[in-house]
Amino acid sequence: MNDMRPVERAVDTNEIKFDCKDCQVYYGEKHAIIDVDVKIEDKTVTAFIGPSGCGKSTFLRCLNRMNDTIDICRVEGQFLLDGEEIYDKRVDPVQLRAKVGMVFQRPNPFPKSIYDNIAYGPRIHGLAKNKAELDEIVEKSLRRGAIWDEVKDRLDAPGTGLSGGQQQRLCIARAVATEPEVLLMDEPCSALDPIATSQVEELIDELRENYSVVIVTHSMQQAARVSQKTAFFHLGNLVEFGETGQIFTNPKDPRTESYITGRIG
Amino acid sequence: MPVLWIFLAVLGLGLIAYFAGRSRALGTAGGDTRQLHSLPSYYGWHGFMLTVVPALLVLAAWLLIAPSIIESRAASTIPDSAIAERGSRSLVMAEVRRAGEAIDMAVEQGKMDAGLAANLRADFTDVTARLKETGAIITSTVTQPVLRAAQEYRVMSKRSGLFMSVAVLGLAIVGFAFAVMRTHKDFRARNVVEQGIKVILILASTIAILTTVGIVLSMLFETGHFFDKYPWQSFFFGTTWAPDFRGNSELGMLPLLWGTLYISLVALLVAVPVGLFAAIYLSEYAGPKLRAVAKPMIEVLAGIPTIVYGLFALITVGPLVRDWIAQPIGLGNSTNSVMTAGVVMGIMLIPFVSSLSDDIINAVPQAMRDGSYGLGATQSETIKQVVLPAALPGIVGAILLAASRAIGETMIVVMGAGAAAAQMSDGLGAIINPFQAMTTVTVKIVSQLTGDTDFASPETLVAFALGLTLFVITLGLNVLALYIVRKYREQYE
Repeated sequence: MNDMRPVERAVDTNEIKFDCKDCQVYYGEKHAIIDVDVKIEDKTVTAFIGPSGCGKSTFLRCLNRMNDTIDICRVEGQFLLDGEEIYDKRVDPVQLRAKVGMVFQRPNPFPKSIYDNIAYGPRIHGLAKNKAELDEIVEKSLRRGAIWDEVKDRLDAPGTGLSGGQQQRLCIARAVATEPEVLLMDEPCSALDPIATSQVEELIDELRENYSVVIVTHSMQQAARVSQKTAFFHLGNLVEFGETGQIFTNPKDPRTESYITGRIG
Repeated sequence: MPVLWIFLAVLGLGLIAYFAGRSRALGTAGGDTRQLHSLPSYYGWHGFMLTVVPALLVLAAWLLIAPSIIESRAASTIPDSAIAERGSRSLVMAEVRRAGEAIDMAVEQGKMDAGLAANLRADFTDVTARLKETGAIITSTVTQPVLRAAQEYRVMSKRSGLFMSVAVLGLAIVGFAFAVMRTHKDFRARNVVEQGIKVILILASTIAILTTVGIVLSMLFETGHFFDKYPWQSFFFGTTWAPDFRGNSELGMLPLLWGTLYISLVALLVAVPVGLFAAIYLSEYAGPKLRAVAKPMIEVLAGIPTIVYGLFALITVGPLVRDWIAQPIGLGNSTNSVMTAGVVMGIMLIPFVSSLSDDIINAVPQAMRDGSYGLGATQSETIKQVVLPAALPGIVGAILLAASRAIGETMIVVMGAGAAAAQMSDGLGAIINPFQAMTTVTVKIVSQLTGDTDFASPETLVAFALGLTLFVITLGLNVLALYIVRKYREQYE
């Protein structure tokens, strides 16, 4: 594979989706995220890389307030989504999560039929007026998840019966079904084999047309393959953030260079 | 030799075998444990097991089987005419046993010498009076056939005891010798002990299974007797329960079955929502501190004896239900009612439902919840649409287990709902009125078996048929529950 070689990328400046400043996250006494400033663009794939425990997943989970479900977690700083503070009291985290969808490390389809898995979000948010519209949403989402052809004949089969790669694409389709503006992916390929991984990566690239995608990954090749922007986290700090090509060919910080050449991490 | 002494002797021998095996193994290895195949203690346990386990198994088997053999031998000496006089063989045999014990006591107390005891004749001397002097319970006159059987019984018991001692101790010694002879530094004692432990575990589970089989068989046997005397159609489909020990009873089980099901239904209507909601609160909403306090407190309910619940039903709930609900709407004026028993039983069942459901809800992977929250669902939407459906089979299992517990409950029913069977002839209204006194299968089993009972009449034997029916129902529910729970387990694997 020659994927480490950065590809020429057509980078046009998109509008800023997330504008985060002075972000701090504490788990009890532990200071997990320290002074992170990052701007995530629309219609762009942004990759978070870094060694285990560096805080990249924690930061990702701040973006849709999933950390609210953890009792000991405390978040400070500015998180603007389209210019609005998401940690403002007036913002309903439930509404926010409909706008900022999430795909998890391990595929987690609900123990329901494939159809119901996709229809779950639209039903909760009342996106479909009737059955026909719901059917349409389900089909559209499954097509976007690049899994329609594989499951169109067995929409009533349980989602848990699919293979790992299919399950993960089902979960992506499920996240897409609620029409989010941002899609967060927490190591979406770590439980998948190479073939399923490449399918999911292709999918991520397609999703870029409509969404802002933020992906946490342990694989630097993956970051180089799918992302336009890369952020390198180390020990809770955002060490370097920039064009993916620049990060991988010409890192400014010695720590970034050490990591991508395999000396730390 | 008393059984206790045999037992202790075998254990002592086992202890010696432990040290003998250990030291022999060490001896052959020249005191160097590294030369041994297994750790020294394994050689010791090998000796202990071979000495103790077979001997104790023979002891247990002998104690179980010998009495029935002796009894049947003794019984065969009694002529049929003697049996006909008393009614049944078992009654005569009870007398034989008592007489035999009385003679033994007389010899022990020095009122008879052993030679005389062996040659007693009921037709020449007043044996009955002399045996009564010993303080033994002799209810009727000891006749010659009974006395002869009793003598036979005594002789055989004594002989059996002797044989047993010899056999058990002999086996222990043989095991001991075999184990010690076999012990050598290259002997794989570790593997043998492993096998031995497996055998012991298999024996333990076999005992549990055999007991169940034994219970079923004994019930089947008596139920068979019942159906010899009473038509099964009238039992299963009869709508009147009117036992009469003078004969002409009507023993239809439908009124009792209805009572059982109705009271259980009320109990479940109380227990399932309360228990389930409590479980949801504890597992999904409550903080760890509250949970640590509240869960054991709910489980305390399961530890209260049912008789205490019965008192609660009789003294508190019963009058309350009558004065505030039943009388004002004119549906009844008895403190005993289906409602009372059902509600109190439901309270008893809350911890069954809540504790099991709580565990099952906790077993739903956090990833399911995260997935749902990540799509913008609220907590209650997540619980209703993801957690509960995922946990549903397990929860159904918990409810069925609670149901089989409700069906088997007796004490609360007696004190809460009374002991009068539902009157199906009074029409549907009387049957479904929840403020009516009613009773269940279990209560009637108790009442048919208490007091002076004659185990030959259908009025008594019906208890076994009722018990078996109940057993089949609860067994069916348990099997269903297990099946559902197992199916649930497969879902995430």
